[in-house]
Amino acid sequence: MAESSAKTTTDIPILKERESQIYQKGKAPFRMTCGKHSLAGSVSQRACVFCGSRVVLYPIADALHLIHGPIGCAAYTWDIRGALSSGPELHRLSFSTDLQEKDVIFGGEKKLYHALVALIETHQPKAAFVYSTCIVGIIGDDVAAVCKQVEKKVGIPVLPVHSEGFKGTKKDGYKAACNALFHLVGQGDVSDVSPYSINILGEFNIGGEAWIIRDYYQRMGVEVVSTMTGDGRVDDVRRSHGAALNVVQCSGAMTTLAEMMQEKYGIPYIRVSYFGIEDQSKALYDVAAHFSDRPEIMERTRRIVRDEVQRITPELRKIRQALEGKRAAIYVGGAFKAFSLIKALRYLGMDVVLAGSQTGNEADYEMLRDMCDDGTIILDDANPLELSKYILEKKADLFIGGVKERPIAYKMGIGFCDHNHERKIPLAGYSGMLNFAREVYGTVSSPVWQFAPGRKEAGPGAGG
Amino acid sequence: MLLKHTTAEIKERKALTVNPAKTCQPIGAMYAALGIHGCLPHSHGSQGCYAYHRSALTRHYKEPVIAATSAFTEGASVFGGQANLLQAINNIFTVYQPEIIAVHTTCLSETIGDDIPQIINKAKADGKIPEDRYVIHANTPSYVGSHVTGFANMTKAMVDYFAEADDSGRKEKTVNIIPGWVEPSDMAEIKRIAAEMKVRTIMFPDTENVLNGPMTGRYRMYPDGGTTVAQLRAAGSSMGTLALGRLASGPAARALDVKCKVPCEILNLPIGLHDTDTFVDILRRIAGVNVPDSLTIERGQLVDIITDMHQYFHGKRVGLVGDPDQLLSLTRFLVSIDMCPAYIITGTPAGKKYEKALREATAEVPFEVQIKVPGDMYLFHQWIKQEKVDLIIGNTYAKYIAKDEDIPFVRYGFPIFDRVGHSYFPTVGYRGGMRLLEKILDAILDRKDRDADDITTELVM
Repeated sequence: MAESSAKTTTDIPILKERESQIYQKGKAPFRMTCGKHSLAGSVSQRACVFCGSRVVLYPIADALHLIHGPIGCAAYTWDIRGALSSGPELHRLSFSTDLQEKDVIFGGEKKLYHALVALIETHQPKAAFVYSTCIVGIIGDDVAAVCKQVEKKVGIPVLPVHSEGFKGTKKDGYKAACNALFHLVGQGDVSDVSPYSINILGEFNIGGEAWIIRDYYQRMGVEVVSTMTGDGRVDDVRRSHGAALNVVQCSGAMTTLAEMMQEKYGIPYIRVSYFGIEDQSKALYDVAAHFSDRPEIMERTRRIVRDEVQRITPELRKIRQALEGKRAAIYVGGAFKAFSLIKALRYLGMDVVLAGSQTGNEADYEMLRDMCDDGTIILDDANPLELSKYILEKKADLFIGGVKERPIAYKMGIGFCDHNHERKIPLAGYSGMLNFAREVYGTVSSPVWQFAPGRKEAGPGAGG
Repeated sequence: MLLKHTTAEIKERKALTVNPAKTCQPIGAMYAALGIHGCLPHSHGSQGCYAYHRSALTRHYKEPVIAATSAFTEGASVFGGQANLLQAINNIFTVYQPEIIAVHTTCLSETIGDDIPQIINKAKADGKIPEDRYVIHANTPSYVGSHVTGFANMTKAMVDYFAEADDSGRKEKTVNIIPGWVEPSDMAEIKRIAAEMKVRTIMFPDTENVLNGPMTGRYRMYPDGGTTVAQLRAAGSSMGTLALGRLASGPAARALDVKCKVPCEILNLPIGLHDTDTFVDILRRIAGVNVPDSLTIERGQLVDIITDMHQYFHGKRVGLVGDPDQLLSLTRFLVSIDMCPAYIITGTPAGKKYEKALREATAEVPFEVQIKVPGDMYLFHQWIKQEKVDLIIGNTYAKYIAKDEDIPFVRYGFPIFDRVGHSYFPTVGYRGGMRLLEKILDAILDRKDRDADDITTELVM
């Protein structure tokens, strides 16, 4: 059996090759392996290239999203993220070429062509995205050529997304999505775009979050040209190159697009987060600072921050009293979100005892290390055994993660908060912070945990 | 209007599926494999596949779902996945220590042509499979069949790898029951009925206490439930096999008959009165037992509820979408209580014979019943737009149609992402039939209450 690098108090083993992806703060020297493909045979919580592309582009609600492959890839991604739209709902339908055995043998190009033409005729979308899945990469369909052919025929942009599942990690899927999106940028008229304008990148409008954020910016006097991928519209993306600044949320998803727009259109970008009072306020101030030649923007920003913080502080204080000293474990997709969560949880008086991500890079983990207290476990691409092991050892009271993590937390008798795409209420912005605090309080202090078999006798070493 | 982009006008579509009423084979193989005790399902393909399957199963069963992946890279896709699978087997037995690994293939590994038995043999020869540990496999290319066939294939693999006939041909007094892709609660209910009849059974697969386990304060990779390897072996010397559902359970039952000479009966899923009667009757005959009074009372209670409720059911038009084995029994049940299935769609390519069975089941419905095998939920919605129904029965995705068209809705089948309870309360057997009827009547009468104005609202209904 592989020896564990961290001092184990449970009997759960760690795969030897995984040791360099686990770090306990306070143990020198720091060396974290990450960004590597998951080990064959590991029970990782990660997904594939296609998944990355699909989640990024899916909220563009007036585009057609056609998945070229066997039915599964379309079925599993059918409206599973609550990315809200204020208008068209075409993104909530699931379109698939549903490749069959004979298509795999003879190729699926014809099928793709006919499917595209029929769908575009029926639904009149503003653009179409065609996602390649694993099998398409193997049978060698020339998806780009078919897209071009259809584009010529129907006169709307038909964009191939090169998202064959095996060609990397979810991060590569983000890149493929950005590449497809970039084709749209620059096509629209920007003559009426204000010089005090931004695009919101990396915001998916889960639970209506993009609406909250957009409202702040508009109240500041900044025009939002495109929210890109949150309640997104093709025409907005097409004129997004008219914005003066790209404001990028999340660690990986949309940075590539921001970089491409910087290079081609000279639009600078800043990275922000909208989770927690501190980061949300910084995001607004950073944007205001960018437009420093208009001091009234900064003035308004100060007012907004002051009003919003004042509005939520009394209740947050109360919640903080109840949560003081409770312990949280975080396992999220992008590491950037973990930073915000750590700050937000600290604001609520909680200690973060485990912080992990599926797709963090070296710089992310260094930042995590610097932020975390001694003894905190830092994980890259963890599996359920590792997660449960450290939750036990660190006696966490709360687990923040995604869909696969929720039942693990519940089985162990601790609270859970979905900070992934299954959250149903907005957690971004100031009201989002309040929602977050309420949700954390609700689950951590729930009386139902009294029914859980005592964690002390639940497993070896569980009592510390 | 969530599905406002659905047109009422129906155009024939050849090249595409919109809003599928199925998903791909591997997830079925994964669900079946979870019904083996101490089993780690393994997806031989990209990372995304198993992440999706685990997420979908987790959302439906609300339990941790465990599986491993070969994590294909570009290299593996060019040179074959042998190295990945060998490494995976080694890693899994070292760290996760399952009793058995159940490998299923994906579109990717099938297309590049990985020979799984050969790879398993190599792992064995290399000493990567510890003694008393097993690796089995099923071929489940995603571009063939559906999640239901994937389930059937993995269940058949259990027979292929483990079932053993006694050399002397001696048979034990056990009856095998292959439950099909039903809820853990349904599997438990079927076992309970057999136990009431004092019949010793071997059920495989069996997800009771795997995907509806108790809260223990501890995360366990391998919960207590599941069919053991010893049971799977012994299935070869049972006196008979009952396969519930031709599509999900038929292949395994026939394989067991061929391999070990265990005679099989392929029945409909025991949903509703008639099909439960048949199940009980054939189980009684095979095992040579009598039906106990306790079951007769349950049956009588179901009939009692049916008569109490029948006044609300008469002539109600129902739209059904789901998996083939469930749909057939459900259709027969609804017709037997005087309801009228109007539209029936499954995404699974279940074949002509199956479609014929549905036609026969609906022969007495006083109008032409629309049936599409395989069809999708977009077409289902279009039919409803053409002429409404009084009730929709389907998985969570049918909620959108029910909402848009303002039609009472009963969640049934897989997946159910937005409610809890299906994995704990059965819909099979007499008791399951009662629960189904309660759900159906609740939906119909809740609607009546909602639509009644102050004047016509009644206390007693």
